[in-house]
Amino acid sequence: MGTPSALAIEANGLAKAFDDVQAVDGVDLAVRRGSVYGVLGPNGAGKTTTIKMLATLLRPDAGSARVLGHDVIAEADEVRSLVSLTGQLASVDEELTALENLTLIGRLLGLKRPAAKARATELLEAFGLAEAAGRLVKNYSGGMRRRLDVAASIVVTPELMFLDEPTTGLDPRSRNLVWDIVRALVDEGTTILLCTQYLDEADQLADGIAVIDRGKVIAEGTPGQLKASVGSGALHVRLLDPEQRPEAERVLERELGGVHLEPDPAALSSPCADTARAAEAVAALAGAGIGIATFSLGQPSLDEVFLALTGHPAEDSETPIEEEQAV
Amino acid sequence: MSTTPTTQEPSIEQEALRKALSSTPRPPRASALSATLTFGWRGMLKVKHVPEQLLDVTITPVMFVLMFTYLFGGAIAGSTSDYLDYILPGVLVMSVLFTTVYSGISLNTDLTKGVVDRFRSLPIWRPAPLVGALLGDSVRYLVAGTVIVVLGVALGFRPSAGVPGVIAAMALVIVFAFGLSWVFTTMGLLLRSPNAVMNAGFMSIFPLTFLSNVFVEPETLPSALEAFVDVNPISILATASRGLMEGNAEAGDIAIVLAVAAALTAVFAPLTTRLYRSR
Repeated sequence: MGTPSALAIEANGLAKAFDDVQAVDGVDLAVRRGSVYGVLGPNGAGKTTTIKMLATLLRPDAGSARVLGHDVIAEADEVRSLVSLTGQLASVDEELTALENLTLIGRLLGLKRPAAKARATELLEAFGLAEAAGRLVKNYSGGMRRRLDVAASIVVTPELMFLDEPTTGLDPRSRNLVWDIVRALVDEGTTILLCTQYLDEADQLADGIAVIDRGKVIAEGTPGQLKASVGSGALHVRLLDPEQRPEAERVLERELGGVHLEPDPAALSSPCADTARAAEAVAALAGAGIGIATFSLGQPSLDEVFLALTGHPAEDSETPIEEEQAV
Repeated sequence: MSTTPTTQEPSIEQEALRKALSSTPRPPRASALSATLTFGWRGMLKVKHVPEQLLDVTITPVMFVLMFTYLFGGAIAGSTSDYLDYILPGVLVMSVLFTTVYSGISLNTDLTKGVVDRFRSLPIWRPAPLVGALLGDSVRYLVAGTVIVVLGVALGFRPSAGVPGVIAAMALVIVFAFGLSWVFTTMGLLLRSPNAVMNAGFMSIFPLTFLSNVFVEPETLPSALEAFVDVNPISILATASRGLMEGNAEAGDIAIVLAVAAALTAVFAPLTTRLYRSR
């Protein structure tokens, strides 16, 4: 199995230019085996190009990378036999059925025809696609297509999986399903490199995050460290009775030092990144006899992260999932 | 903004999922042949799902046979039945060669989809997706060829070499088409859109086919043109196909056709593979 290195991905100074655009400009990455590593950045930051270089689809202009101990240029074939890729465009054949897609991949990976078909059927069952197995993929919804895409990536369980924006454009339910699959894969020991535009997604799944902007890694750490460095999250509270809002405002002002009144007459929020302090503030509200319908500790958005880290907002960043759903 | 709700509707069975994730030891790598045939199978599946795409490889040849035989036959050869003997192998060559352009178009269409990235990230023999696709396309050539011959026979075409001669001629045309399609797959990778491939493809194959002996005897042409027509590989292919159908083919012609097909493959197949890899 080659040389067992503790690192699944080691990249040093990866760079790639297209025409005169420097898409990736010296990216270093160190991803531990068995972990989920998030690469967070807006559209055009260089995430996909980085993944393509690591998955041997693009040759770097400069720098080097080893994936599972193999050099991505000199030992590209070894790398290919250990990884799988779920691209940003769903990497499935729209003109075939789901069953045919997975059977095709199984055959190409070396399974005999009956084994490939059996494996395809098993995956379609597990991914809740059994009923649609015989339908052409072009008639699939975005969420079903994504699921099939992920299934195609694990026809043979890879040691490392590249996931390029697996939930962009998905509704929350499909997104949760994809997340479940990712978690189950990690439990089985697969390492995952996850590119995403959503801090929330990286936070849910990743052990470590690199924030990438204009082809460079501009911050790195655990999700907690990253959010801490960004500073502000917010405690959102929604009251049972809007009449009590002025009183709640006074309590939160005292506890957290700053209140923002939401357009919803029953809702208000305070800047707060610390769960312990948020809990105290909620307890103080309850202690003052204020009825709380819901509360949550919100996270800074990618925009806020970018603003904090770079001083400029995330360019080209798309609408977050929640807002797309509201349409 | 709020945290994600933890409620889930698990239409995915966690149990089944975990089982599916844990049960696949990696098989030995697929052989070059097996990977290629699998891509050929993919081509067949597409035809199965959209059989209408066979219309263009069946209707166009029918049109050509009828049009040339009855519209030009009398004027060119004196009688439509004499001309049918001459034109039928020619139309076979032309129709099949026109179909090769589609190999470039469909490759270019493939590139706009994400599935190519997956193929390129698989541990398979690098040219397999391309060779396999062309094998699948060969079936289209076979369909076009069969339609023409069957129609010809219905119209009174009676080649002296009989069925074996027709099969040999068709095989030769398909081998040549396989070599030629590498030119169009190269185009398919160099040009930006399927439309551009179609235009460039037909702009090159059209004059090459018409400036051959497919339709007329070269002796009637101006001498400079005749000189070109005589060395045009498509003329040699048409002559060899007529010869095979009539039982008087010259080994030299067949050898030239095979050599040209081999040369086209030797130059353009590696070029296509290289472009496909770096695209």
